Amino acid sequence: MAINLYYYASPATFYQLSGKLIPWFGWSAVILTAIGLYISFFMAPTDFQQGEAYRIIFIHVPAAWMSMFIYLVMAFWGAIGLAFKTRLSFMMSRALAPTGALFTFIALWTGALWGKPMWGAWWVWDARLTSELILLFLYIGIMALWAAIDDPQRGDRAGALLTLVGAINVPIIYFSVKWWNTLHQGASVSLTKAPSMAKIMLIGMLVMAIAAWLYTIAVALYRVRTLILERERNTDWVKALVEK
Amino acid sequence: MQWASVNDFLSMGGYGLYVWGSYVVMAAVVIIEVMLLRKGRSQTLKLLKRMRNFENES
Repeated sequence: MAINLYYYASPATFYQLSGKLIPWFGWSAVILTAIGLYISFFMAPTDFQQGEAYRIIFIHVPAAWMSMFIYLVMAFWGAIGLAFKTRLSFMMSRALAPTGALFTFIALWTGALWGKPMWGAWWVWDARLTSELILLFLYIGIMALWAAIDDPQRGDRAGALLTLVGAINVPIIYFSVKWWNTLHQGASVSLTKAPSMAKIMLIGMLVMAIAAWLYTIAVALYRVRTLILERERNTDWVKALVEK
Repeated sequence: MQWASVNDFLSMGGYGLYVWGSYVVMAAVVIIEVMLLRKGRSQTLKLLKRMRNFENES
């Protein structure tokens, strides 16, 4: 491997590189969302049990997946930052948190709108729903902690530590439908068995999930670039960039 | 194609409120996030520019 990771871990290089990548991720997210929406509303058939209400699945499941994935990616960058003291890793972690919170909120919101017609309740205190709500509180708590600590380095470490401790919640969310009796249905898609849904519905859901990934990468890179400018404001390259 | 008319599409078999309530809010939060990101970047650039001008003058 001739790629020098340290080269890309330098904020100055990463700033340039990410600036070039954002339009690619952003526009592919837009295109895939359009395709995903077309599949969701015009190709996927009416569900024989749930009628049209099931179409919420095309944003509910991708949002719920993203809420958990983003948290794990944040924890990963936090761990890397703590272990190697790399500034950029902590910044990546910070850049992901708001988008993770956004997807967690959407998973809960669409879940409520789906639960009302199907279960007759907007909300129930069951294992899946409650652990997902705790995930939202974790995101908000971590962001509040960062906001409360003025010294960036101390804030980075404290936030990373809280993120790592909170990571225990992610497997709890994921396995909650297996471990406890819950109103929430089990996984429709898993790695070990064939998916329990029509193929076109599955494809629609996966396209939307990939779009959500690309969107997340685009906005996280955008946010990290602003963070880099703030943190590196006393370096020559940022000064030169600002003067332009 | 399963929709007979635009109204049929909008009513979503009687679940229109729930389905569109999900999609509209999703779209809204994405638009708000992108707007806030753009605003944050331009504010940071403005602030850095001011700081730079201040340094150059003093």
